[in-house]
Amino acid sequence: MDVLYLLVPMSVLLVFGLMALFRWAIGAGQFDDLEREGERILLEDSPKLDTDQTPS
Amino acid sequence: MPNPTPSAHPVYNDSTVRLFTLAAVLWGVVGMLVGVVIASQLTWPELNFGIPWLSYGRLRPLHTNAVIFAFGGCALMASSLYVVQRTSQVALFLPKLAAFVFWGWQLVIVAAAVSLPLGYTQGKEYAELEWPIDILIAVVWVAYAVVFFGTIGIRKVRHIYVANWFFGSFILAVALLHIVNSAVIPVSLTKSYSAYAGVQDAMVQWWYGHNAVGFFLTAGFLGMMYYFIPKQAERPVYSYRLSIVHFWALIFTYMWAGPHHLHYTALPDWAQSVGMIFSLVLLAPSWGGMINGIMTLSGAWHKLRDDPILKFLIVSLSFYGMSTFEGPMMSIKTVNALSHYTDWTVGHVHSGALGWVGLITIGSLYYMIPRMFGQTKMYSVRAIELHFWISTLGIVLYIAAMWMAGVMQGLMWRAVNADGTLVYSFVESVKATYPFYLIRLIGGLLYLSGMGVMVWNVIKTARAGNYVPLRIPAPHAALPSAA
Repeated sequence: MDVLYLLVPMSVLLVFGLMALFRWAIGAGQFDDLEREGERILLEDSPKLDTDQTPS
Repeated sequence: MPNPTPSAHPVYNDSTVRLFTLAAVLWGVVGMLVGVVIASQLTWPELNFGIPWLSYGRLRPLHTNAVIFAFGGCALMASSLYVVQRTSQVALFLPKLAAFVFWGWQLVIVAAAVSLPLGYTQGKEYAELEWPIDILIAVVWVAYAVVFFGTIGIRKVRHIYVANWFFGSFILAVALLHIVNSAVIPVSLTKSYSAYAGVQDAMVQWWYGHNAVGFFLTAGFLGMMYYFIPKQAERPVYSYRLSIVHFWALIFTYMWAGPHHLHYTALPDWAQSVGMIFSLVLLAPSWGGMINGIMTLSGAWHKLRDDPILKFLIVSLSFYGMSTFEGPMMSIKTVNALSHYTDWTVGHVHSGALGWVGLITIGSLYYMIPRMFGQTKMYSVRAIELHFWISTLGIVLYIAAMWMAGVMQGLMWRAVNADGTLVYSFVESVKATYPFYLIRLIGGLLYLSGMGVMVWNVIKTARAGNYVPLRIPAPHAALPSAA
């Protein structure tokens, strides 16, 4: 099972990469105000057509 | 259909998204048609007409590649490029590169559709395509990653919405899996040998194969789920906090479930057990996500009665729950001793593929397609309702038939007489499976006819409208969002 010497270190590296990403996300305030972020997508697109001339 | 009036307002770049949505519908029909053909061949083997290009062994990989990478792939690219623009409130990064992704991906699909019936294959399940096509896939995939992550890089909203995390992990993981598993030594333009040998190759193959299920067929489509269910239900996801936990739990635990495909093979016993344990652990994040998605309708269940798109999206989650319960159960070695190599596996795969991946995709396409043609809903909402019921009935027939066939086969193969001889020969189990193959074919035909209804509806919708670029709204005043 020599191939595990490739697959296991690769998975470990991947997990370290993911942990770094997770730390970045926490540090960058990605998870600071979660409930509001869940609602934001509902506010984003009143589907204004480009030909609609009313000011946005 | 070019933009008729030059605009002072920034608009979303949807031309590539529109092409991908239409391609997904087209390849869905083609891939499912090939599925129906091979299901017929299992019922009536003479249907290959003695033509090598139409033989089961060549058409089966064509079916899997077409439904996973052509139908599923185009739908994932359409929805990820749609969602990343909306949630980042910015137009696509490098739109010309996005157009290259579309045409490059279509070239991959056509190359697969030609080379597989001709018999060119690497013989690895879900990774059959020969090395020149593999290189093309890698190039297109890198371009896709640049467009997607580039758009996140120039986002106007500081927070990265959870759907984008799922799409992003799907893009990165598939790149890694594809490159590692496709390592080959070419001997000619159309023939190559795997860089790994024997059980090593099997281990790499199923490390790839199961993670393709995890990141292509699960993470990517969960990205769709977390955007289109809240949008269609007009409610925020039940617990946004839980969706974040779902994401991190899933990606930290997925990578090592693959060995459950190799129970009772030459793979070391401990590696099989590791695969089984990781598969069982996966039940928790999968069901957390499933419950989170379904509970989004909490307090608004009546919407399910009138809105067929929501029916597609919510029922897809119930199939997700079913197959993510069934999968861990089948990975338990004692259960696997019964289910392995039987049609139970085929039933399990299709409850995930037709039920989860198919229905969430169809629901998301019904959401996006009218918006790609300057409208708010499809030409016929009743046709969506019809499509929903035909496909659901088809899935039920399909998976119930395969469950019964699979358990029956497993019991027949393991039955022994008092003197230790087998009670049944293999061909007796094939004969006993015949009625179930017929029921499965009927289920598949129903699912395919549902896609026929969809094609009609899409053509009508496209004809009735025309493409009007959608304006990017100014950041919402109540929600300060600049970085």
